[in-house]
Amino acid sequence: MQIQTDFKDRILYMRLNGEMDEHNAALARRTADRLADDYAHSERAVIDLSNVSFMDSTGIGFLIGRYKKFKRYGIPVYVMNPTYNADKILQMSGVYTLMPKI
Amino acid sequence: MENYMKLTLAALGENEGFARNAVAAFALCLNPSLSELSDIKTAVSEAVTNCIVHAYKGQGNGSIGIECRIEPTAEGGILHITVTDEGCGIEDVEKAVQPFYTTLDEAERSGMGFTIMQTFMDGFALDSGKGNGTRVSMFRRIGATQQNTEKERVDA
Repeated sequence: MQIQTDFKDRILYMRLNGEMDEHNAALARRTADRLADDYAHSERAVIDLSNVSFMDSTGIGFLIGRYKKFKRYGIPVYVMNPTYNADKILQMSGVYTLMPKI
Repeated sequence: MENYMKLTLAALGENEGFARNAVAAFALCLNPSLSELSDIKTAVSEAVTNCIVHAYKGQGNGSIGIECRIEPTAEGGILHITVTDEGCGIEDVEKAVQPFYTTLDEAERSGMGFTIMQTFMDGFALDSGKGNGTRVSMFRRIGATQQNTEKERVDA
């Protein structure tokens, strides 16, 4: 799973590509946490899920983990463009109460 | 049409994608909608990940059994899925199925696996005991809710 990055108007955009399961998540965790350190001056972070073709409950843990990491820098995190599959999981687990969908 | 398949897999993370896609490919004979297929893949992924991460504790030296059976119905069919392992088993089954309960918090596991299996499938049963392995049985009716448009149907 890869992450494409864009930084515009003090907003850090992270676009995830691939399938989010336990096996694929480790690299994405490390990459996103490094981005948090590198872009600690961001006003907010946006995680774009439009290219995540599959997500299981690993995605819940991944997003809450990143929420906590960015929170240390006082950066709020938002979720963008979840697919049907991801949206269903994120809705039922209450992730959007921490990281609103925009 | 009566149909079934059996798979035995090494309990490796590399097989998570294969396992859910194999079951989805098998389910195509019921002409499922994209959302039905997506729900089945997610539920299978949860069950298989549990075997790898919890039953065999990520050591990769166990085996996972997946059995699928199609029960024909007037509307289409019922896909029965059983995922079994011979791993450590679950001491407290009632606790394990509670939303957000996890024994692996530090590994960013959400504790939502069984909740997702219960929500995404039409039936779910968990049979396990300490030292006795685990069997997850679940089923999903395909074609029962005919709200799926023809356009959404997967071209099998």
